[in-house]
Amino acid sequence: MKIDLTNTTSSKINSGLIDARRAIGTPAVGMVLTLVIVTDEGNAYDALKAAGDASHEHPSRILAVIRRPGRSPRDRAKSRLDAEIRVGSDAGAGETVLLRLHGELADHAESVVLPLLLPDAPVVVWWPEDAPDNPAGDPLGKLAQRRITDAAAAEDPVGALRLRAGSYSPGDTDLAWTRITPWRSMLAAALDQKHSAISAAVVEGEPYNPSTELLGMWLADRLQVPVERRVSDGPGLTAVRMTTADGTICLDRADGALAELAMPGQPDRRVALKRRETAELIAEELRRLDPDESYRSAVRFGVDRLGAQPPQDGSAAQPPSGGAQKKAAPAKKAAEPARQSADSGAEKAK
Amino acid sequence: MTTSGNPLRDPQDRRLPRIAGPSGLVIFGVTGDLSRKKLMPAVYDLANRGLLPPGFSLVGFARRDWEDEDFAQVVHDAVKEHARTPFREEVWQQLAEGFRFVPGEFDDDDAFETLRATIDELDKARGTGGNFAFYLSVPPKFFPKVVQQLKKHGLSQGPGDSWRRAVIEKPFGHDLASAQELNRVVHEVFEPVDVFRIDHYLGKETVQNILALRFANTMFEPIWNRSYVDHVQITMAEDIGIGGRAGYYDGIGAARDVIQNHLLQLLALTAMEEPGSFHPKALVAEKLKVLSAVELPEDLGKHTVRAQYAHAWQGGEEVLGYLEEEGIDPKSKTDTYAAIKLTINNRRWAGVPFYLRTGKRLGRRVTEIAVVFKRAPFLPFESGATEELGQNALVIRVQPDEGVTVRFGSKVPGTSMEVRDVTMDFAYGESFTESSPEAYERLLLDVLLGDANLFPRHQEVELSWNILDPIEEYWDKHGKPAQYAAGTWGPAEADEMLARDGRSWRRP
Repeated sequence: MKIDLTNTTSSKINSGLIDARRAIGTPAVGMVLTLVIVTDEGNAYDALKAAGDASHEHPSRILAVIRRPGRSPRDRAKSRLDAEIRVGSDAGAGETVLLRLHGELADHAESVVLPLLLPDAPVVVWWPEDAPDNPAGDPLGKLAQRRITDAAAAEDPVGALRLRAGSYSPGDTDLAWTRITPWRSMLAAALDQKHSAISAAVVEGEPYNPSTELLGMWLADRLQVPVERRVSDGPGLTAVRMTTADGTICLDRADGALAELAMPGQPDRRVALKRRETAELIAEELRRLDPDESYRSAVRFGVDRLGAQPPQDGSAAQPPSGGAQKKAAPAKKAAEPARQSADSGAEKAK
Repeated sequence: MTTSGNPLRDPQDRRLPRIAGPSGLVIFGVTGDLSRKKLMPAVYDLANRGLLPPGFSLVGFARRDWEDEDFAQVVHDAVKEHARTPFREEVWQQLAEGFRFVPGEFDDDDAFETLRATIDELDKARGTGGNFAFYLSVPPKFFPKVVQQLKKHGLSQGPGDSWRRAVIEKPFGHDLASAQELNRVVHEVFEPVDVFRIDHYLGKETVQNILALRFANTMFEPIWNRSYVDHVQITMAEDIGIGGRAGYYDGIGAARDVIQNHLLQLLALTAMEEPGSFHPKALVAEKLKVLSAVELPEDLGKHTVRAQYAHAWQGGEEVLGYLEEEGIDPKSKTDTYAAIKLTINNRRWAGVPFYLRTGKRLGRRVTEIAVVFKRAPFLPFESGATEELGQNALVIRVQPDEGVTVRFGSKVPGTSMEVRDVTMDFAYGESFTESSPEAYERLLLDVLLGDANLFPRHQEVELSWNILDPIEEYWDKHGKPAQYAAGTWGPAEADEMLARDGRSWRRP
């Protein structure tokens, strides 16, 4: 069922939630967390759909904060809170409140959200796009244990990674990192088997795909070998090659679904590595709410320490955007220490 | 092969799931119900969750004239129908390349030679590394034959440091002697640590949650003893009959089929002391302690009941009685319902009865553990105010609708003081995932990983038979099973059995 409240307050929304639950006859609350989605009118639908699907695994109270500061000075002067309460079958396995913040209120979202948080339950904030430069410093981000950003949705995805590295606080995480969990687990499983020492690695993916950089940084950080980022046509990540004395360990996914794992001295095997929907990514994010140390370590390794070769003849047929990508991650000082790049990121964040 | 040397593994990296190493699974009796409804879907679901190693292979062995493709089709249909997770073509392709089928009988040497050749071929073509688990989804009378054949054809030992494991399903014998004999036969071929006994209940999230509920919290443990607990009821009810399992079921019965393994395991988990750690050895030590403290009632006639379902209407359908089922001797004394009373002789539980019951064709399918607490020693209310107040209870709902219910008294709103029972509910489906993994997924994965924590050890099996054997002997010599109408909650005798103690069964 849906309840629309116009020109309302948080306390009216709270009683609205109780009324709505009573009306559908399920007064018990089994929700495990509050998920705050900070979005705009254009993205709200997709984000809510993904969160609603994820709520089947993690029943939550979903608060969608939709900012509408207004285009005209007249609109901006009037502040108003409108809310739409959804419970029951309209709201996945929890309850959803859409909060539309008009006028000046758009700058004070935390005042609306705070009274609506579930008692004694973790808070997760998710910015499907337009994440603040410093999520932990954001007024809404401060309310949360877990802050989810998405570098892939940024105008400059690689730059976004630098920003994340600079402003990292425990509890930060990024969907570009979530997207590579299947790759990481498959690569880890491959190295569970006997293999000789790895001397170098290459990650290939389409341009503007920060997951490729993150996977490269993770490999470089864990393996302590030079890792090169190459641009391919995609979709998404397409391959990881690790050089060993016996040959190359290669995980190659050309079509975005089925990959081939090749290891020296072993038959080639196919493994399913499907690109996942946002709902699955959010569900994975909500599974653990403690700080993700591996993400910290990978993202702070520093994008600029990844080797990027000038386009080879083989990949010269890249679209121009691919070339631009190469320049965007310049080899200005490939060996610049991570700390330094992290600091520069932090400065940008301020 | 070890994970410790793998630079990509980091204990802090908790996103990475445990993926089994290179391995394959051989299923004997692959055409059976269990295999189609549980094992094949579980294999697919594991693959879909990315938990199976690349190159994982599945070999079917059965008495059918099938090619690999026919087998793949059977698995395909089983997966489509029974898998928990959505069907995805790329996952299917990954799996399907590793399907092999070996036709043959269990005494057919050629078939086992073919099996060995198949395994060698898979090691080469799929990189399974010689690691194979043999799942014996066959009637127990074939166990000795199959394990002997595995030994004879050099299949019970893998090359180098690869592993070979045997997975066996209940029943683990039909009494203590046969269980010991079975253990001897299996252990002759496989090391005890390489034998995995499946009790699928232990793979259920709710059952593992018993330990979390008891040992991760502070509010339950102080009352988890004879000072507060009046009695415990452990129920496993099925609404189905024996179906096509007449050949297996007749002569075994409900007590051997369910109480000996599932219910006694649930009892052990409910009643055991806190283990020193969750290491398999520590856990099994506590379970063995509590199982060896179990004592039977002196008068078995008064405190145990067995019965058979009779022809009746159940939930809108007319169903046959047990003795009318096809393939059942009309004079059969096999129990389809069993209820027993046990006590545990230790400081925590002395004097607290544990009532265990199980049956087929009961009211509905449900498994639960109900810890029923004593009444308050004094009630400062007017008489009449607490007439509707029952005993407090904590119910662990194992299946379906997994969760925990707490029942307690609460004042009825109004001007007069009146207390009535209310329930407070925790539902898994509400607080966690709607789709928690199937027990078989967890257990198959644990077999491939070599993690034995959720598998009963042979000592546990033998202790359980120790408990059940005297009851079965008594039933053999005295009387015959009572009758209960299909679709009810058991025979009147079972109600009388609790009434004798001044108690009554919960309606689950």
